[in-house]
Amino acid sequence: MDPILSVRDLVVEVDTGSAVHKVIDGVSLDLYPGKTLGVVGESGCGKSMTALATMGLLPDRFRVAGGSIQLAGEEMTTVKPSRLRQLRGNAISMIFQEPMTSLNPLLTVERQIAEVVELHQQKSRAEARDIALEMLRAVQIPSPEARLAAYPHELSGGMRQRVMIAIALACRPKVIIADEPTTALDVTVQAQIFRLLRDLQMDTETAIMLITHDLGAVAEMADEVAVFYAGRSIETGPVAQILDTPAHPYTRGLMSCTPRLKLGAQAREPDAGALGEIPGMVPPLGRFPKACRFAPRCALADARCTHDAPPKVALNDAHAALCWHAKEEAFA
Amino acid sequence: MTPAPATTAAPLTGTAADTGSQRDTPHGNLVDVQDLKVHFPLANGNVVRAVDGVTFKVARGASFGIVGESGSGKSTTAQALTRLVDPVSGSMSVGRHSLSGLTGEPLRLARKDIQMVFQDPFSSLNPRLRAGKAVREPLDLMGIGTREEREARVDELFRAVGLHPDAKRLFPHQFSGGQRQRLCIARAMVTEPQLVVCDEPVSALDVAIQAQILNLLKRLRQEKQLTYIFISHDLAVVQNICTHVAVMYLGQFVETGPVEEIFANAKHPYTWSLMAAALSPDDRDRGRERFTVTGEPPSPINPPKGCRFAGRCPFAQDRCRAEKPELRKMGKDHKVACHFAETLTPPLPELALAG
Amino acid sequence: MTQTAMEPTSAMSKPAKAASIPDEAAITPAHPATEFVRAFARNQSAILGLVLLALVFALTFLGPVIYPLNPYEMVDMPFAAPGGEYAPLGTDYIGRDILAGIISGGKATLAVGASSALISVVIGILIGSFAGYFGGFIDAALMKVTEFFQILPALLLAMLLVSIFGAKLLTIIIAIGIVSWPQTARLARAEFMRIRKLDYVNAARTAGAKNSYLIFAVILPAALPPLIVAAGLAVGSAILFEAGLSFLGLGDPNVMSWGLIIGQNRNYLLDAWWTVTLPGIAIFITVLGISLVGDGINDALNPKLRRR
Repeated sequence: MDPILSVRDLVVEVDTGSAVHKVIDGVSLDLYPGKTLGVVGESGCGKSMTALATMGLLPDRFRVAGGSIQLAGEEMTTVKPSRLRQLRGNAISMIFQEPMTSLNPLLTVERQIAEVVELHQQKSRAEARDIALEMLRAVQIPSPEARLAAYPHELSGGMRQRVMIAIALACRPKVIIADEPTTALDVTVQAQIFRLLRDLQMDTETAIMLITHDLGAVAEMADEVAVFYAGRSIETGPVAQILDTPAHPYTRGLMSCTPRLKLGAQAREPDAGALGEIPGMVPPLGRFPKACRFAPRCALADARCTHDAPPKVALNDAHAALCWHAKEEAFA
Repeated sequence: MTPAPATTAAPLTGTAADTGSQRDTPHGNLVDVQDLKVHFPLANGNVVRAVDGVTFKVARGASFGIVGESGSGKSTTAQALTRLVDPVSGSMSVGRHSLSGLTGEPLRLARKDIQMVFQDPFSSLNPRLRAGKAVREPLDLMGIGTREEREARVDELFRAVGLHPDAKRLFPHQFSGGQRQRLCIARAMVTEPQLVVCDEPVSALDVAIQAQILNLLKRLRQEKQLTYIFISHDLAVVQNICTHVAVMYLGQFVETGPVEEIFANAKHPYTWSLMAAALSPDDRDRGRERFTVTGEPPSPINPPKGCRFAGRCPFAQDRCRAEKPELRKMGKDHKVACHFAETLTPPLPELALAG
Repeated sequence: MTQTAMEPTSAMSKPAKAASIPDEAAITPAHPATEFVRAFARNQSAILGLVLLALVFALTFLGPVIYPLNPYEMVDMPFAAPGGEYAPLGTDYIGRDILAGIISGGKATLAVGASSALISVVIGILIGSFAGYFGGFIDAALMKVTEFFQILPALLLAMLLVSIFGAKLLTIIIAIGIVSWPQTARLARAEFMRIRKLDYVNAARTAGAKNSYLIFAVILPAALPPLIVAAGLAVGSAILFEAGLSFLGLGDPNVMSWGLIIGQNRNYLLDAWWTVTLPGIAIFITVLGISLVGDGINDALNPKLRRR
C-alpha cells in the first residue's frame, strides 16, 4: 500500500535574528490509510514543528528549508497558498492540545462545524447543519440537537475536544494530525477520546499522526512509531518492536523513566527503587552536538559517537535506529 | 505562638471523638485534618464546594498522595494546608501548629515548617529574582540565621538538588523547566520544613525530567526525614513516590489506604476507573475491553445528593442515588466510601486475582 | 515580562530550553532590559518623541544661559511682531519678550507637570494596590472613593480648590494631582488583581512574606511597566491642565509659565496671534514628545507588538 502522507528528509529552519538554526534536520515519515503513526519525544524535539510544517502552518521566522512533504502525491512544500487552504480542513486537518483556545468563543458549535463544510464542500446552510448534527452524533456528544446551539464556554473540556474532533472529521479528511489531543484532559476522559478516535478511524480509514510525549498513549493508539530527539527521528518501527525491543539508547531511556502502574499482587512487591534516569537534558536549539545528538547523555557513547554522525541501522525491514550501537543494543 | 520543643502536644482543635492518639510524638502523626471544607462563593450567589468534608492524618515521614481528576479539590486541599485559601470549617494541624485558626504573625512563622512545591516551574519563580536570592528568600523573610549561614545553606541546597552554586547569579529564564523545578524544591527545603506539600510537581515536565525530579524528591525525603503531601492526577507517579494514597472525587475522599493495599485491593468503582484508564507502554493487549466510565464529573456547585459518583458508576443502584456512603473501614487502614464495596467484583483482571 | 524569555513563539509546543549552568545557549534570549532598549530604539516615532523632549529640556535649561533676558521686563512696544529688533518672537500686551517668557516659563510648566503627575501616581498606586491586593470590603470602599472623584468634573474641582486656597503654584500642583489620580488607581488595581493570583506570589506567601513585602517588593515591581507609561502620560495631561487653569485666569501670576502667557494674552489672540500661539506650540511639542515616548515604552514592554 502507498502512504497517504510521505515526508522525506524534511528540514525546517528558524531565523532567530542572530542566527539560523535547523529545528528539524532530515526527518522522514510515512502515514498509511487507516493506520496511526505515533510521533513521540520531549518538548523541543521538533515533533510539533513537523506537524505544523505538514499543515503549512509554520509560525513567523520558521520555514521549510529542504525535503518534501507529499499528501496523496501532491507536494505540500511548494503548493500555492490558495490550494493549501483548499486542502487544509478538507484533505488534512489538525486537532490541537488545548480545545478552549482552538475553538472560536463567539461561534456556536453548529457554526464552527458547518463553516468548514460550507467552505470546502459547497453545501447549503441546511445541509451543513445536518452534517454538523451527524458529526456531533459520531463523536458521541449527548443530546446533540441541543448542543448545536451551545457556545464553547458552555462545554466541558472533554466535550470541547469532541467538538474539535467533529470539526476535524467533518470533511472526511484523509489525514488527521492530533497534537497532544488528550494532554489537557483527565485520564478517564482521555480513555474515552482515544476509543472514539479508534472507532472513527475504523469506519473512515483515516490516517492519524498522533503527536505525544506519552509512551502509554503510543502503546494504546499507534501502529507505527517515530521517536524524535533534537530535531531528528532517531528510531522508527512497528509499535511492538519499538516498545518491546528498543534499539536506540534514548528510546530505552524513555522506557525506563516512565513509571508503570503495578496492580494486584504486583503492587505488594517491594518497591523497585528509583526510576531509570536519562542524565542531563535535551540540548537547546543551536547547541546540538555535531555527530550523535544524544551522545552527551548516552551511557554507551564512545569516540565514534562524538566524531561521526550515526548511521541509520536497519534491524529488520521495518525497524531502524540512528545509532552506532543499535545492533548490540537491540540484541542485548 | 512561641517556639516550643517539637514534642509538645499539638493543640487539638478537632471535635472528633477519637483524637486521643494524635499526639505529636516523634513517630505519631504530623498532619491531622478533620472535616475540612473549602467553599468559594460565586458572584451569582452559588457556592463551589471545592473541598467538602475531608478527614485524614499523615504519619511523620510518610508520603501521602491525593489523586483525582481536575475539579476533584485535590489542589484546593493543598492550598488550604498551606493557607493560601481559607477553609470555611474543619480543623488542620501540622506538628505543633494548629493551622485553622492561625492568622498574622504566628501563621507567617508557622510557614517555616510547611513549605510547598508548585506545579508550573515557569510561573512559580519570580522573574525578577536571581536564583540564589529566590532560594534564600524564605530565610530572609523569616529571619533565619546570619547572612553567612544563609548563603552556606543556599549553597548546600543547590548541591542537594543537583545544581552548581555558581548558578545562583542566573535569572529564572536562563534555566530549563527541570532546573527551575529543582530551584523550587531547593527553595521549599531551605527552611528545613517538616511538611512539604507538592502540588503536581512533575505534571508540567517531560517524562525524562519527571523521572529525575521524582527520584530527587524521593531521595530528599529519606535524607531529610520529610513528610510529603503529594497531589497528582497520575496513579503511576503516586504509586512510585507515595506510602499512602487518598482518591478524591468532587471534594471528598472515596478511598484511602496504604499504597500497597489500594493498588492491590482497590474497592471503589471510581478508583477502578482511574486504574483502567491509566495507559502503560507495556500493554500490548489493545483489543481487550477496558473498564470505562461515561461522562465527566458533575459540577461541584450542586453535587449529587447521594453518592457523588453514582451518575457515572456502572454499578449504581437506587440506594446510591439516595443515600450518601460514608468512608468505612474495609481492613487495616483501608477505607472506602461505597455501599457495595463488599459485594462488587473488580472489573480489572489484576485486581480480581489479588482479591 | 517573562514571556520575553520564552522565545521564539507560542506556536511551538515548548521552545528549546535554555542551556545548563556554565555558559548560555545561543538562543538564550537577552536580558529583558536589553531587549527593551533594542525594541525602543527600533521605534521611529518614539525616537522622534525623545528628540522633541530633548529640545524642550535644552530650551528650558540651556536657554537662560544663551538668552539671559528678564521675562518680566518691558523690552519693546506692546504687541511688537516677531522678527523685531528687540524681541525675536515679539512682545506681549505690556511689551515683555515672548521668547524670554517661553524660556523661563518652561521650568514652571515642567515642574507642574512632573510634580502633579507624581502626586497623582503615588495616590493612584497606593489606593489601587490596596484595593487590588486585599479585595473584598477594602476594594469596594476604595473604589467608591475613586468613583466619587471620577464623576466630579475634574476642571471644576481643580478650579474650586485653587479658588479656595489661592492661585499659588503649590496649590495648583496639589489640585491637579488630586483630581487626576483615579485613572492610575484603576490601572494599578487591575494589575494587582492579575498579578496577585500568579504562582510566584503564592510561593512568596508560603515562604513567609508579609503583606507589605508582597505588595511593594513582589507585586509592585511586576505592575510597574504599565504604571510608568501611565505616569508619563499623566505628566502631559497635567501640563495641559495647568495651561487650562491659567487660561481661565487661575494660574499663579507670580510664576512665569506657558499657560500664564497664554492666559494673560488670550484677549488679544486676534490682534497679536504670536502671544498665544507660540507658547501654545511649546506646550504642544512637549505633550506630543511625552506621548510618543510613552507609546514607545508601552510597545517595547509588550512582547506581542515588539516583533512588528
